Amino acid sequence: MLTAILVMTGLAVVLGAVLGYASVHYRVEGDPLVEQIDAILPQTQCGQCGFPGCRPYAEAIARGEAEINQCPPGGEDGIHKLADLLGRDFVPLSEEHGEEKPTAVAVIDEQVCIGCTLCIQACPVDAIVGAAKQMHTVVEPLCTGCELCVAPCPVDCIAMVPVAETVHNWKWKYPVVKLNEARKEP
Amino acid sequence: MISRLFSFHGGLKLDDHKDISAATPIRPAPLSKRLIVPLHQGGRQPARVIVSVGQQVAKGEIIAVADGLFSSAVHAPSSGSVSDIGPYPVAHPSGLSADCVVIETDGEERWIEHQPFDLEHASREQALAWLRDCGVVGLGGAAFPSHVKLGRGSGVDTLILNGAECEPWITCDDRLMRERAVDILSGARILAQLLGARELIVGIEDNKPEAIAAMRAAAAEIDAGLRVQPVPALYPMGGEKQLIRTLTGKEIPFGKIGFDFGVQCFNVGTAYAVHRAIRHGEPLLSRIVTLTGNVSNAGNWEALIGTPLDELLALAQPKVDTDRHLLGGPMMGFALPQLDVPLVKAGNCIIAASPRLLPAPPAELPCIRCTACASACPAELQPFELYWFSRARNFDKARDYQLFDCIECGCCAYVCPSHIPLVDYFRFAKSEIRARDQEQAAADQARDRFEFRNFRQEREKEEKAAKLAAKAAETRAKLAADNAAKPNETANETVADASPNAAPAASPGAPADDARQALIAAALERARQRQTSATASSPATAADEQPPAAS
Repeated sequence: MLTAILVMTGLAVVLGAVLGYASVHYRVEGDPLVEQIDAILPQTQCGQCGFPGCRPYAEAIARGEAEINQCPPGGEDGIHKLADLLGRDFVPLSEEHGEEKPTAVAVIDEQVCIGCTLCIQACPVDAIVGAAKQMHTVVEPLCTGCELCVAPCPVDCIAMVPVAETVHNWKWKYPVVKLNEARKEP
Repeated sequence: MISRLFSFHGGLKLDDHKDISAATPIRPAPLSKRLIVPLHQGGRQPARVIVSVGQQVAKGEIIAVADGLFSSAVHAPSSGSVSDIGPYPVAHPSGLSADCVVIETDGEERWIEHQPFDLEHASREQALAWLRDCGVVGLGGAAFPSHVKLGRGSGVDTLILNGAECEPWITCDDRLMRERAVDILSGARILAQLLGARELIVGIEDNKPEAIAAMRAAAAEIDAGLRVQPVPALYPMGGEKQLIRTLTGKEIPFGKIGFDFGVQCFNVGTAYAVHRAIRHGEPLLSRIVTLTGNVSNAGNWEALIGTPLDELLALAQPKVDTDRHLLGGPMMGFALPQLDVPLVKAGNCIIAASPRLLPAPPAELPCIRCTACASACPAELQPFELYWFSRARNFDKARDYQLFDCIECGCCAYVCPSHIPLVDYFRFAKSEIRARDQEQAAADQARDRFEFRNFRQEREKEEKAAKLAAKAAETRAKLAADNAAKPNETANETVADASPNAAPAASPGAPADDARQALIAAALERARQRQTSATASSPATAADEQPPAAS
């Protein structure tokens, strides 16, 4: 009887010490799920989901406070990935948060720009350069196409231009089976 | 000299169809009235244009300079005037346009002043810069800038000159070796010197006996230190990794290049271009193009870069039932969406195809898992697995099965009994994976920049708060000093002056508290005034408000 109690107590003490050590030394900083969700989100930082940036949205999804269909730049592809990750069902993109558009970059009409710096303050990724009363311009490779700079512009000189297909970013198309030809085959 | 040859996995014996174009000597193509020179000639970055519309250019004058590490210069192929700089359709499977410089030729072929490069008294870096400014790129097909490939100048023992020319129909390297063997070997020796290579091997497929003989004769004439080695005619012998393996037995693993194993490979045409650039000071302005297929006058022409392909093909007199045109060989080349595109440095062959001569592949049937493709694959991949993954858009799996080891030689599609265009699937999967990688990199960059911006805004806010706190403390100290200097009765008056409608006077015992309360009262009063009358604030109050409003 006493041996049993001693053994059980001893086990409890040892295992408790091991668990206590593990909880201190192998502690995971932050929520790893948030990281995984954040990696799927397109990082446009556009705020169309209703959160100030992609990471807050990822945190909200992880807490179960937001649906997975609120990210228009991520599109259906992104929703599928999030659904896979979280083991949820696919839901179509929520209409109130916007629609999926082709990738675009902001272009400032430099003739019209008055140098008010409002767009520079709005840009979430610091992709616009310029100074007060100096012409501004968008650094194209850094622009995520979030459209946040369009609304603040007092002279309406920012346009969203879809990224054109060139020989550098052209992609080979999915091989198409021609059904008519297949039918002609014996 | 007899030495042991090695073999690579798979490969195909193909009908070479080389006789019809290899019989006639290289002929110069007539000068076109209009040369359209694409700024992107291969490599990764296009050159940066330095001429303007209307400018007169001489033959060999630089029109665009190398811009970036993997770029090389582009020259005016003939004298004339620049009539336009802008997008024109280029030889690309998409049929899209790219930036080109259009030169209206004057027919004078007036050369820019040029002299040979003094290789003996120049440093290696100077020689590489010279090659870059002469626009020398690999003429085997990839058009990779040669000065980049010459690398650091150490660690390479063996230079292999690639004269295999394994693709059917193409004979431009064959004719070049027959006619200009001495010049090719001169270029090869320059390359060997720049690489620091001790061994020089010329690999030529044994279906080109005349080329082997010519190269051997030239080798005997100038140098005994090099070896002309016939290799079996087995497609794709001309692939860099395949030729290196055959000649040296070294197998280059995934993600490595010959350079990592002391071997470097150059095409014979590139060696010729190097010879012209160093010994004559001539930039790369022209190349040998094979015009063959469904034509009545097949052969090889030396054509200026920028010559429209339709003008070029007309020289070979294509027959009336020609329905498609292939650029490059039938195995690795692609069908040109249009023929009014300019010749680029990588353009080695144009094949006129007809339904009789090169019929379009029959329709695709289901894969029967016969693994004939795996037996034929020279990269030792399993094309049927890659096909399943690419078809299902399972790109991660395709990458795991080493999709990027595929050299797109087309052996698998050639042997497939179900006529599956395997290479089309692989190209599709590769370009999708590349695009995704780029998107991911852009997203990661955006995330970093967004996080840094948030951090910066936070920091600015803190700095501002600290500054304001310091200022407030200063004011407080000043007021306290004033209060201490004056008697206690007048302290209340001072506060009343600062804010006429101020709240009750503070207790006389604590002047510092008094001052703070007075400040708060004044601020509250200001806020109230601002609310009640937006425009009625006195100039003095507006001045008071200035610092917080501007912040």
